Amino acid sequence: MLHTVNKSPFEHRALETCLKFARQGAAVLLIEDGVYAAARDTAVAEQVQEALKTVSIYALKPDVEARGMQNRVMDGVRLVDYGGFVDLVVEHNAVQSWL
Amino acid sequence: MTEESAGGIAKKFLYVNRRAPYGSIYGLESLEVVLIGAAFEQDVSLAFLGDGVFQLTKGQDTKGLEVKNFSPTFRALEDYDVTKLYVEKEALEARGLSAADLVVPVEVVSAQRMAEIMEAQDVILSF
Amino acid sequence: MKFGILVNEGPYTHEASDTAYQFVRAALAKGHQIYRVFFYHDGVNNGTRLTVPPQDDRNIVKRWSELAAEHKLDLVVCIAAAQRRGLMDAAEAKRNGKDAHNLAPGFRISGLGQLIEAGIQADRLVVFGD
Repeated sequence: MLHTVNKSPFEHRALETCLKFARQGAAVLLIEDGVYAAARDTAVAEQVQEALKTVSIYALKPDVEARGMQNRVMDGVRLVDYGGFVDLVVEHNAVQSWL
Repeated sequence: MTEESAGGIAKKFLYVNRRAPYGSIYGLESLEVVLIGAAFEQDVSLAFLGDGVFQLTKGQDTKGLEVKNFSPTFRALEDYDVTKLYVEKEALEARGLSAADLVVPVEVVSAQRMAEIMEAQDVILSF
Repeated sequence: MKFGILVNEGPYTHEASDTAYQFVRAALAKGHQIYRVFFYHDGVNNGTRLTVPPQDDRNIVKRWSELAAEHKLDLVVCIAAAQRRGLMDAAEAKRNGKDAHNLAPGFRISGLGQLIEAGIQADRLVVFGD
């Protein structure tokens, strides 16, 4: 399953909830304000690093760049463009949007 | 119609409710989709996570707000053959609630079980 | 692959409509089909032709209309959500005794069943919202 998260992890619990329900092998795509979770050295970085042991985490590059975060993305989080977003949807049987 | 168009196999639809009622319209309009969707004879489940559990609490009285109290509608879902209502245990407990506080019978499930239910779906609608 | 798209937020306030648009464009560029884009909640406001954004900003409504014309997209606005929010086509305006209608080209107004049908017919349903 592909999960999308579009909320900042500093104000909302969408990412935390998503990670609670994301099973081994799932993919999580951070979009819109969700991309802030992809940054290094934040209060949630450890949580994201821990999640990377069981799920793949991606961040939408145009959203990362729009927020000036292109040099702050942590290792292990992969950047995709909108085409990559489409590919992720194709590769997974269903999509859960954690709005 | 839908049976034919889907090749005779119903799809598994899950409605994920994560918002409290009244503070926004999402809960009400989500329920409207469930009611319309029931006519399509698909395999429908409802999940209540996080603040979504507040949609189901007893004792809602919206007269002062002058908006429709939609919690009784959950009791009508059974007439539409929508009977699979799953509530996340941790969400209920965190909010000081138990199944007895809810307007309809639900299945209270662990996060692990909820994750399995979600994984089994074809279409997940979240609002 | 066939995609169904659900857009739950209006233009400009939230990024959801932009993301949905870019997703649809990318899917089409990759040769996928868009079975339907369904607009619900405040998402129905993506279908008003009366928006006049500043010239240096994107015109979200026009952009949807143009994409629909180019790729024969089925852009469906939920009738119940639209009526609540004052969005209607000529027929609806007449039926409800309103003096104006505002549905943009390429959009049509229909019921929630269209969303369920998109879920049934499409291989994937992707939700964009807030």
